[in-house]
Amino acid sequence: MRVALFITCVNDALFPRTGQAVVRLLERLGVEVEFPRAQSCCGQPQYNTGYRHETEPLVRRFDAAFADYEYVVTPSGSCAAMVRDNYPRIGAKAAAEGRGQALAEAAARAVPKTYELTEFLVDVLGVTDVGAWFPYAVTYHPTCHGLRVLGLGERPRALLERVRGLELVDLPGARECCGFGGTFAVKNAAVSAAMGADKARDIESTGAAAVCTVDNSCLLHIGGTLARRGSSVRPVHLAEILAATEEEPYA
Amino acid sequence: MSGTSGTYLGMPAFPVAARDAVRDETLRGNLRHATHTIREKRAKAVAELDDWERLRAAGRDVKERTLRHLDHYLVQLEEAVTAAGGTVHWAADAGEANRIVTGLVQRTGQSEVVKVKSMATQEIGLNEALEAAGVRAYETDLAELIVQLGDDRPSHILVPAIHRNRGEIRDIFVERMGSWGRAAPAGLGDDPAELAEAARVHLREKFLRAKVGISGANFMVAETGTLVVVESEGNGRMCLTLPETLISVVGIEKVVPTWQDLEVFLQTLPRSSTAERMNPYTSMWTGTTDSDGPRTFHLVLLDNGRTDTLADEVGRRALRCIRCSACLNVCPVYERAGGHAYGSVYPGPIGAILSPQLRGTGSEVDASLPYASSLCGACYDVCPVAIDIPEVLVHLRERVVQGGEVTRNGERVTIKPAKGHRGERAVMRAARWALDHPGALRAGQRLASRTRRVHPKRLPGPGRAWSDTRALPEVPEESFRDWWQRTRGGDR
Ligand code: SF4
Repeated sequence: MRVALFITCVNDALFPRTGQAVVRLLERLGVEVEFPRAQSCCGQPQYNTGYRHETEPLVRRFDAAFADYEYVVTPSGSCAAMVRDNYPRIGAKAAAEGRGQALAEAAARAVPKTYELTEFLVDVLGVTDVGAWFPYAVTYHPTCHGLRVLGLGERPRALLERVRGLELVDLPGARECCGFGGTFAVKNAAVSAAMGADKARDIESTGAAAVCTVDNSCLLHIGGTLARRGSSVRPVHLAEILAATEEEPYA
Repeated sequence: MSGTSGTYLGMPAFPVAARDAVRDETLRGNLRHATHTIREKRAKAVAELDDWERLRAAGRDVKERTLRHLDHYLVQLEEAVTAAGGTVHWAADAGEANRIVTGLVQRTGQSEVVKVKSMATQEIGLNEALEAAGVRAYETDLAELIVQLGDDRPSHILVPAIHRNRGEIRDIFVERMGSWGRAAPAGLGDDPAELAEAARVHLREKFLRAKVGISGANFMVAETGTLVVVESEGNGRMCLTLPETLISVVGIEKVVPTWQDLEVFLQTLPRSSTAERMNPYTSMWTGTTDSDGPRTFHLVLLDNGRTDTLADEVGRRALRCIRCSACLNVCPVYERAGGHAYGSVYPGPIGAILSPQLRGTGSEVDASLPYASSLCGACYDVCPVAIDIPEVLVHLRERVVQGGEVTRNGERVTIKPAKGHRGERAVMRAARWALDHPGALRAGQRLASRTRRVHPKRLPGPGRAWSDTRALPEVPEESFRDWWQRTRGGDR
């Protein structure tokens, strides 16, 4: 099977290790991974701040970049949610503004082929045991987009539970937002920081060595908060845990 | 007493007010305790029903259908109320509603009224309008009483004094009850039962004396002209039955076509708001009845921005709201910022989508409200009429930064983008260009990688909003794009 990796702009620039982990993991599972270089950002920061028109070229770009693929896999819950939930809205609004159906059609092509990583593993490949090894205590924070928009449900936990050596520790108040929220983190910095501090305290209370999510943007905020508090808990993307094996351990 | 609505004028933008609230440890403690308690109870009450999702969908559909044919149902309601002996008045805005109610009270010759807890009368600042006309309005809901006596503003839809703890309430009773009527008993403690008893005694003489009652309504049934008030304390029942004249001020979106439609909401509202299977008191009245209850009944139907809101296909979903306050109780932002930061009688997620529509996005606070959310979606999950609040928030953010066509006072007008977004807009435009030119983006990434050793640990200026509490990520030596190119270069 051949899939396109949609890396997302945050992972591309700041977390290349996550992308490398996805490639390693999928190839280990027998999937042929390609990286169409025409890809860019999904447009989530612009769209969620109110700049819908600035997002439109990115919808078209996404459609064109992934035109040849049946599956587009991304290691970001919120970017997958952006495509699935908001691209059709952008298309519908453009049509309502009398600018034709082209964007709506681009959105309709993008939606069914876009998978968040854990969805692709569990639903398409049908695996939960990916042969990973990660000998640490880990707590899992279900990000809001993964939890409520995509409805990832038990998929991430099912994958983590089958990682050898990993001890999965429950996170108190797991369903509560970490306070990132894109530009919310700067526009409402005080409330965002208070939410982040509460999340960090809950994470620290688990005694886990690492906190893991399906989204590096939330992890940027959680990890940054933990670091500023002098905490030793490490933020790790789920893909990096699933990619780690005894032969090639997490570094 | 200072005005509840007057004090909302010139409110600071949400982030400024919220920043102060976040620092208030007592307030955060009070709110955290109260919201988490009710949050868990609601979840249990809802989990008892295996048809909850169907009820929720039914509630949404009933409201959507009614809103689409609102003109029809309002006329039907007016005819039914009139036929049952009531008088219907139409108020386009707050000023008109206040003039109507003040005139009606003055015609009775009374100088005081008792009030049932009502959001609509707070929205229009009725108490202040009555006071200016020499009429004293007594709030009779326990939490409203605390707010009124404390010269305070409500901070929650259902529990307006949620920001107060028992000790604070005791102090307010001891200090203020005397100047509003019967004083608090000597040696009053802060036990909830003791506080409730003090309020009961204080209010009783007002109920027995009052000749005019003022209420809102949770629902109005068009087919029979019946109004419905749902409550827990029974004070509302007293105000609705004892006075000779009853005046109800109700937003036009509160109409439901039939009793069968009402049935849906009588199941979802109590569970969503107080986590009860059924609330203790549900009062329903249809016009007037000889020798039972008020002899005169006036219904003031309030628009005040609702028709304008109805004109917007996405925004109008806010009008489905049945004011259960479940969205406030689960909101992580409300929990930390408190209700006052929202600068309106409607706080929390529903306030963030309702105020900027009812009042427009012209003021600083109204333009900031659509951004008072991390878009986590917890509100949408619990809303009993399935309002996708995050979607409406983003829709209103667009209105703030892009401007465009809106309806104000029944006219289509084009509004300019709100002030203070110029720098941001320039950044978004630049990003649009860079992100649509991956070559340029890659060059920028490389520059960032090359300069990584000299990147500061804390940012100056606006960047401080991030780096004051969060460490900055380190820019890696190589972007993913470059790694791919280097290791798999030939590929696509
Ligand atoms: S928006 Fe929904 S959850 Fe919030 S108060 Fe209204 S009905 Fe309740």
